[in-house]
Amino acid sequence: MRVSLTVNGRHRTADDVWEGESLLYVLRERLGLPGSKNACEQGECGSCTVYLDGLPVCACLVAAGQAESREVRTVEGLAGDGRLDPVQEAFTECGAVQCGFCTPGLVVQAHDLLNRTPRPTDAQIREALAGNLCRCTGYEKILDAVRLAATRKAATP
Amino acid sequence: MRPFTYERPADVRSAVAAAAGRPDAAYLGGGTNLVDLMRLGVATPRTLVDVTRISSRAIEETGGGLLIGAGVRNGDLAADPLVRRAQPLLARAVLEGASGQIRNMATVAGNLLQRTRCPYFQDVTKPCNKRLPGSGCPARTGDHRNLAILGHSEHCVATHPSDMAVALAALDALVHVEGPGGARTVPMPGLHRLPGDEPDRDTVLAPGELITAVEVPHLPFAARSRYRKVRDRASFAFAVVSVAAALDVAGGVVRDCRIALGGVAHAPWRAEAAEAALRGAAATPEEFARAADAELARSSPLPRNAFKAPLLRNVLVRTLTDLAEPAGFAESEPVETP
Amino acid sequence: MKTEARPSVGAALERVEGVEKVTGRARYAYENFPDELAYAVPVQATVARGTVLAADVDAVVRLPGVIAAVWHGNAPRLAPADNAELAVLQSDRVSYRGQYVAVVVAETLQCAREAARLLRIDYDAEPHDVELRADHPEMYRPDRVNAGYPADTELGDPDAALAAAPVLVDATYRTPAEHNNPMEPHATVAVWSGDGLTLHDSTQGVSALRETIAPLFGMPPENVRVISPHVGGGFGSKGAALPPVVLAALAAKHAGRPVKLAVTRQQMFAVTGYRTPTIQRVRLGADTGGRLTAIVHEAFEQSSRLREFAEQTTTPTRVMYAAPDRRTAHRLVRLDVPTPAWMRAPGEAPGMFALESAMDELAVACGIDPVELRIRNEPAAEPESGLPFSSRNLVACLREGARRFGWAGRDPTPAARTRGRMLVGTGVAASTYPVYRRPSRASARCDPDDRFTVRIAAADIGTGARTILTQVAADALRVTPDRVRVEVGDTALPAASLAGGSAGTASWGTAVVRACEALLEELDRRGGDVPAEGLEATADTAEEVGEQPEYARHAFGAQFAEVGVDLDTGEARVLRLLGVFAAGRIVNPVTARSQFVGGMTMGMSMALLEESVMDHEFGDYLNHDLAQYHVPTAMDLPDVQAYWIEEDDPHLNPLGAKGIGEIGIVGTAAAVANAVHHATGVRVRDLPIRLDKLVR
Repeated sequence: MRVSLTVNGRHRTADDVWEGESLLYVLRERLGLPGSKNACEQGECGSCTVYLDGLPVCACLVAAGQAESREVRTVEGLAGDGRLDPVQEAFTECGAVQCGFCTPGLVVQAHDLLNRTPRPTDAQIREALAGNLCRCTGYEKILDAVRLAATRKAATP
Repeated sequence: MRPFTYERPADVRSAVAAAAGRPDAAYLGGGTNLVDLMRLGVATPRTLVDVTRISSRAIEETGGGLLIGAGVRNGDLAADPLVRRAQPLLARAVLEGASGQIRNMATVAGNLLQRTRCPYFQDVTKPCNKRLPGSGCPARTGDHRNLAILGHSEHCVATHPSDMAVALAALDALVHVEGPGGARTVPMPGLHRLPGDEPDRDTVLAPGELITAVEVPHLPFAARSRYRKVRDRASFAFAVVSVAAALDVAGGVVRDCRIALGGVAHAPWRAEAAEAALRGAAATPEEFARAADAELARSSPLPRNAFKAPLLRNVLVRTLTDLAEPAGFAESEPVETP
Repeated sequence: MKTEARPSVGAALERVEGVEKVTGRARYAYENFPDELAYAVPVQATVARGTVLAADVDAVVRLPGVIAAVWHGNAPRLAPADNAELAVLQSDRVSYRGQYVAVVVAETLQCAREAARLLRIDYDAEPHDVELRADHPEMYRPDRVNAGYPADTELGDPDAALAAAPVLVDATYRTPAEHNNPMEPHATVAVWSGDGLTLHDSTQGVSALRETIAPLFGMPPENVRVISPHVGGGFGSKGAALPPVVLAALAAKHAGRPVKLAVTRQQMFAVTGYRTPTIQRVRLGADTGGRLTAIVHEAFEQSSRLREFAEQTTTPTRVMYAAPDRRTAHRLVRLDVPTPAWMRAPGEAPGMFALESAMDELAVACGIDPVELRIRNEPAAEPESGLPFSSRNLVACLREGARRFGWAGRDPTPAARTRGRMLVGTGVAASTYPVYRRPSRASARCDPDDRFTVRIAAADIGTGARTILTQVAADALRVTPDRVRVEVGDTALPAASLAGGSAGTASWGTAVVRACEALLEELDRRGGDVPAEGLEATADTAEEVGEQPEYARHAFGAQFAEVGVDLDTGEARVLRLLGVFAAGRIVNPVTARSQFVGGMTMGMSMALLEESVMDHEFGDYLNHDLAQYHVPTAMDLPDVQAYWIEEDDPHLNPLGAKGIGEIGIVGTAAAVANAVHHATGVRVRDLPIRLDKLVR
């Protein structure tokens, strides 16, 4: 079938999509957007987190058909005009990135957290990120990065 | 490639019509379980009837309680002010399940109808009576640490994985269903079956029946309730056991109570024996222990999950004791979904 | 050119590829799209032992979209390999459940998956044996254990010393099989062109992979190019060549198309290695003052039928504590199981769980503070070899850790503290990891714009190698790091050792320093003039590394844990974890802290969460996904801190650095288990410490 959707503000179409394949596969293998990672294909790790109609979801668990006519925003669509989003900036500055495979999903999930809860407590950060597994960092620097991004966003209205 | 049809019906009626008489059709809600099961080869529908756009996402106050649309996302359900005020037990149970991303996708109906996470069920290279009736149940002699201690049969020792369903079973929810034969309601507990000799049937729903809403009746003592989930990991893990409880105590005596258990049976387990033992009893740890023992008298743990009996007893006694504490108990708000 | 700059080593240089990673632009192995690309999906054996009788590949190839189906009956022949795991699809034998028995190549992934599912394979199954038991009749002593260590060592008369000891600890510990589970599953894109093979692969060492793959396909190494700029973690599992990369190359060759193959998370539990389960008996003899008179540490482990993988479990016991009479031993049994492989601190991590738990039991038996007990048994030289330590600061780590943690005045009484509905306790354990260094080559180049390029086929698997080599090169060149570009992860670059054994910084750093020195010398000879075509110098450290004087070189550390155990449920959670390490010079405090903290978190996870459950009936690891195999979430460890002490060790390498990738996981599990004992009075000797072992 044909799937038409909006990705990072652009209208995109994919043809000959098998109804059972995932949004993640469509993004990575058909639309040239491999930023969202495939690490478990079961929604257990959050590496494929993307916005679907403004809510972060695991793209690996979204059937391609479910994405028809909907709006998707991926990690590739967070930075604007050559400027990193404050979350991305904080992740690099704080050393929250190691192997980088969990990073795109974490960045999207943290981005959503700060949009809805601009000054989260540590408990809220940990809870919000509990669906994003990272095997390298022990999460400490990721917490630092989310705190820093929150502070920065609060300072720039 | 497996031939496949994908249908996006315009309304509930045509969804039911699309699935009617097609045993290989499946309704697709959030997809967080079904899409996974399809990839694993556990679910092999030939037709997907996508109901995400037609399932109600409304949460309404009715005369006697709340009416929650089948398509309400778990995240929205847990964050809804009405739900949090009227049914904090439900909000809390939903928040204890899965992760933020999953809750953003998963629907109320899909949560109820999710399948067991028994490792044998999920591995198509191994026998499983639930997946392939008659093929056997290797979990009985294999690794059943996380499986049932109540109500299981020689054919199946699977557990139902939902947290939300445990709360709904405690709250006497009514599941609204639309099917080829018309509309009906199914009470909770009662939607989910015990395995018996048909473990392939998780629920009492007939083929083609579609959940349209869940009704949660008003519970006067809903504020005095708690969902306690015990798990191996601090977050994002299925329950080893869980307890949903609400308690109405006056003058040191239990006037009424609701108790349901998770992680222990093929269905969310309404602890009727414990409830019966408690009504009219003194609200003391000793009586709570007696009630827990009354429920556990019905259990038949397997060698590797025998620990669930003392665990459940402890958690039940602790939860009820906390709820009975006249001054000490203050139900904290469910963790803020940020 | 300008040759003045503040030292970069020791500064917190930001990860140089950070922006690529946070924007999703960094390309990992699977994200390459050569023309004519096809998808390969493996088929795994569904019996644990037996033979493949038939595979109906013809039926599958007729399906629309399917390009090829390969099994041993039609697979390209490979040259014989030392490692039988790599003889992929070369025989009808099945040696473990989940072994690759076929592969399907198709136009799309979905099509390949469906065809792989439909491919009918007939087996002649045989009874299997997958259960590790210390009394297994086929237990044997391997000639050597990994990293070239002897299997057994003995000094004095440990049996007599144990018999005479006033205080005796005799305990058996068990650690489960564990899977590395890096976030990026192993993946390969294989492209043949003529006689040449290009592999985009997720690997910890492009040079080693090329050396392994080329001869399998009867080619000289230069015909194989391996490209691996970004690797989504490895923790040992991407160190040695594994069946998936061979299968991808073989499928591409057979299909005549470039193919991509990603191992699924579930498949990783069979074909990408794991930490062997262990059974370890530790006996400690001591005087009443806690001074050790005898140490005996015996380990029982498993390997597969295909390959002897003998983990060096008891080797840290040869290093840790003084005692005149001592023995260490390794016994191995070959079972019908997947082949174990390296996982972060292979040997040290399980070995130190046993030894450091036993030390805690000794402290309890003697009534001595466990920090003090370790200090009392500090050796003057490496206990078994007698070699001097190049540096050893375990005692300093213990003292500094105790100070920072607030250890002083700890009441040793178990099960005596509650916080709310939690029993609370604290525990300590020591850490150690050897300092390795391997030969590597590197080049350094200067262009007329005064920019420098350093090339080395190193791997950055998330450690920060690219960043710290930038710092090392900047200092060696005496310039600021923004003028240095480091290229890694490609066999087109000078060959280098793999990322393993915590040896990257020492090995690659030495080569980079020497190449930069050679370049500066050359520049000096030319009076600082850079020719229009640029100037390049190379270095090879084989000689330097081969000639290093004999010392006992090890990093040390001390870990402190505070644990809460729910009184009702037995749920144990680590409330606080603090480590202090002595690991030579720290090149970059940010990447280093992440390595320590990440290792400690994995150690906490080893203590409480991780276990690959062997299904005895079917012979595979049952809980083969991230829903069932638990690794920590952000909720599992609220407070983890790592510190290090200044350590100036002149006997290491030009950087004075010891490896830091692995020591963080060593000892952590014992610190947690010791804290659980302190909290509850229950000594859990088999990991992980889940609630079923504590609930009453």
